[in-house]
Amino acid sequence: MSVLVYIEVNNGEIKKSSLEASSYAASVAASLSKKCVAVILQSANNVEASLGKYGVEEIYQAQISGSLNPALYADAISEAAKESAANIVIISNTYTGKAISPRLAVKMDASICSNVLDLPTSTAPFMVKKGVFSGKAFAFVSLEKENKIIALTPNSIDLTIVNRTPIMKALQLPESQESSYEVSGQQLQTGAIPLTEAELVVSGGRGMKGPENWNLIEDLAKTLNAATACSKPVSDMEWRPHSEHVGQTGITIKPNLYIAIGISGAIQHLAGVSSSKVICVINKDSEAPFFKAADYGIVGDALEILPKLIAAAKLLS
Amino acid sequence: MKILVCISVVPDTTTKITFTENNTKFNEVGVQFIINPYDELALTKALEIAEANNGTVTAIHVGPANNDANLRKALAIGANDAVRIDKTAADAQDVAQEIAYYAKAENFDIILTGRESIDYNSGQVCGLIGALLNIPSINVVTKCEFNGNIASLERDIDGGREQITVKTPFVASAQKDLVVPRIPNMRGITAARTKPLIVLAATYDAILSIHQKYELPLPKASVKMIPAENAEELIRLLREEAKII
Ligand SMILES: Cc1cc2nc3c(=O)[nH]c(=O)nc-3n(C[C@H](O)[C@H](O)[C@H](O)COP(=O)(O)OP(=O)(O)OC[C@H]3O[C@@H](n4cnc5c(N)ncnc54)[C@H](O)[C@@H]3O)c2cc1C
Ligand SMILES: Nc1ncnc2c1ncn2[C@@H]1O[C@H](COP(=O)(O)O)[C@@H](O)[C@H]1O
Repeated sequence: MSVLVYIEVNNGEIKKSSLEASSYAASVAASLSKKCVAVILQSANNVEASLGKYGVEEIYQAQISGSLNPALYADAISEAAKESAANIVIISNTYTGKAISPRLAVKMDASICSNVLDLPTSTAPFMVKKGVFSGKAFAFVSLEKENKIIALTPNSIDLTIVNRTPIMKALQLPESQESSYEVSGQQLQTGAIPLTEAELVVSGGRGMKGPENWNLIEDLAKTLNAATACSKPVSDMEWRPHSEHVGQTGITIKPNLYIAIGISGAIQHLAGVSSSKVICVINKDSEAPFFKAADYGIVGDALEILPKLIAAAKLLS
Repeated sequence: MKILVCISVVPDTTTKITFTENNTKFNEVGVQFIINPYDELALTKALEIAEANNGTVTAIHVGPANNDANLRKALAIGANDAVRIDKTAADAQDVAQEIAYYAKAENFDIILTGRESIDYNSGQVCGLIGALLNIPSINVVTKCEFNGNIASLERDIDGGREQITVKTPFVASAQKDLVVPRIPNMRGITAARTKPLIVLAATYDAILSIHQKYELPLPKASVKMIPAENAEELIRLLREEAKII
């Protein structure tokens, strides 16, 4: 019996979120005396070494040509689960993962829990911690079926180095079903760090006054190697793309560091960012509600403070 | 063109979340319930597609009778009819099973959901319905245009976007940017009173997961303030004290 982890690839590299999922799978496998097995469906650099490092013992490899059709990926992962006798599958709770995991749950007749934030609190019953109410609370959910799928939110667990030498195996892909689904184009932001997976995030709100001042946010982000985010009104006014909108109706993130600049800290905004490990707030209003959720705060004008922070950060790097 | 829109009913976004019964139940006292914001996008998009293609829009909700007011709101916004499956759903799989069972007999061309419900944040129902009905599923969709029965969609992917073409039938989930949500007007509200809202009994009874207990995040220790004149100090603290940069 084994615990299977699905490995996502981006531009030929294994994603960090998939390394976290591997570490998670290795830990669950160890506590249940099972084998930790990975399945990877695109070609990538350093597969054996990077997955072995976090505890993977066996890797099923195949190549699905063309871009993501969630149905085909779910079929292939289900095949790998069958081959490796896995009843638990760990998958990242990314947009890609969320496209695949529900289809996999149906295919495997499994219980699924998504938005999982930590290792299981117990294995009998199998119980995991899930984020609910968009960051305002947590639920402890037991998965009742024999087969289980865990969709793990990026940045939720620390990587644990185990150092194994995995055995490589070829996965025989199941015959693909007829489908009208076709990917006709794809654009990846180059250089920028995807917000959902970023460890450090610099975020601006309406207090930044206008898109013309965003070079300050971008400079600080670049110096710290951080991703950029924004509040809802900022993306509604099209100062920034909607993909940067965080909060209850945007994306929920949990980076190690969230720097909020000129953001008041409305409940809907806090919902999406409050599980960040460290929060810094810069706001000219000392009464801004965000300070209540902050670890570090500066009261002052963002446009004056940002250049100082950029200069100080540049000295570090 | 027959379109089904899945409506989830959730606490208003300003709700302060609390739990009762020894932290095993969400405390609904004093909470105002609304249509899940992403589902308003799905509904508006469905209406636009129906208007352009001589179609109809059915709104479906899995939930108890007190949620009928929000289904009436969906009718007021413009849905032709509404269906409520009478059950307090246990999880996303429960919801999807009920909806798929209903949809199977009705042969919808398009099923739309929200990207996720803002209460249980699963983001699963779209893909689950797709797999249960064995039709393509496309999540986090920001654009959707039709040419006959072929749809051109755009969706968010991690760190970018992707274009997809697909033939009906399919299921898709609405992401911000898809449309500007419509709000009900007086005429719509009046018309909604006489539109059909049928209630069906639940058909699925397996238990796949149980929300055993809830917890609130720990409150933050007090904030450390840094004078604006010494703003640089923040960077030093982040490196030396918090050790995160
Ligand atoms: C249904 C619903 C869903 C919502 N979902 C979200 C969501 O997902 N995400 C989200 O962010 N919001 C959401 N909102 C909106 C939310 O309620 C707030 O309106 C929003 O977060 C405010 O954005 P802001 O802080 O950028 O702007 P404001 O509230 O206008 O705050 C600007 C802040 O900048 C400060 N400031 C001004 N000038 C300066 C300066 N020179 N230097 C430093 N500080 C300055 C001000 O003191 C103020 O605190 C939602 C609202 C609703 C009704
Ligand atoms: N109880 C429900 N009844 C009808 N549709 C629902 C229900 N719960 C969720 N949905 C739909 O599924 C989407 C995703 O929900 P979830 O997978 O729970 O995050 C929502 O945006 C709705 O469109």
